[in-house]
Amino acid sequence: MGRVVIDVMPKPEILDPQGKAVVGALARLGFKEFAGARQGKRFELEVDGEVDAAVLERAAEAARTLLSNPVIEDVVAVRSAD
Amino acid sequence: MRIGVVTFPGSLDDRDAARAIRLAGGTAVPLWHGDRELHSVDAVVLPGGFAYGDYLRCGAIARFAPVMDEIIRLAGPPTAAAPGLPVLGICNGFQVLCESHLLPGALIRNDHRHFICRDQVLRVESTSTTWTSGYTAGDEIVIPLKNGEGGYVADTATLDQLEGEARVVVRYLGFNPNGSYRDIAGVSNASGSVVGLMPHPEHAVETGYGPESDSHGALSGGTDGLRFFTSALQGVLSA
Repeated sequence: MGRVVIDVMPKPEILDPQGKAVVGALARLGFKEFAGARQGKRFELEVDGEVDAAVLERAAEAARTLLSNPVIEDVVAVRSAD
Repeated sequence: MRIGVVTFPGSLDDRDAARAIRLAGGTAVPLWHGDRELHSVDAVVLPGGFAYGDYLRCGAIARFAPVMDEIIRLAGPPTAAAPGLPVLGICNGFQVLCESHLLPGALIRNDHRHFICRDQVLRVESTSTTWTSGYTAGDEIVIPLKNGEGGYVADTATLDQLEGEARVVVRYLGFNPNGSYRDIAGVSNASGSVVGLMPHPEHAVETGYGPESDSHGALSGGTDGLRFFTSALQGVLSA
């Protein structure tokens, strides 16, 4: 069984309230070297067969259609997990 | 005059929306998320709530519900032969409309990261929409607001276009409750048939039950939201 991994991140120019909360908590815990944090999403899609170019293209299409909103997010990676 | 109200799994305010339609003098028609036809409705309200648990992104999964296929098809850019189906998206419904690309922009988590519930003052900026024609431009109204992900965002070009085409329908006044760009509380499509807003007009439609306001020099009795629904009824009747 193959697996496709898709990473989606909030666009750099869009405020990321979750990332802001994370970096605030890091600072309170003493991780003061981290000046910023952004939080995105990782999807893992399973396929019965091999992950080939056609599967990756379909995964990219799924990422554009459902898994991300192009107004606020970028699909930053679509790759085979193997 | 039949106005459909869609119930998704996780919708909360569908009954309030139906009630508002009835109080305005219309017939509320329940629509189910699995419906593939709209039962001859003249307009549609997408209500507040947490459709599909707000999983993935608010409205992202609801946007692909079977009933949305027909709504998106009928509410798309109007032509001479087919003036777009009027749609009002309230809160979660606004998020669904943005995910459907019937309205530009997106709603993200409130900048202060808290859920917020308050009586919110709004200024009605545009009355050339199906849903606000009964107001006067500049009207200040008070209706409930309750959201966790109500921050309206869009790129600068889109925001400038919305302002230039008078498509900012309502704006937060005095206090921006969620970090929305340019204090935008609601926007419309180009023709004014599709409107989305985060605050809840359907919770301010009956005397004594909505928030009181004195913006017109006298207590309004908590019905500041009713004209969203009477506007649509009058618009359809005169069309």
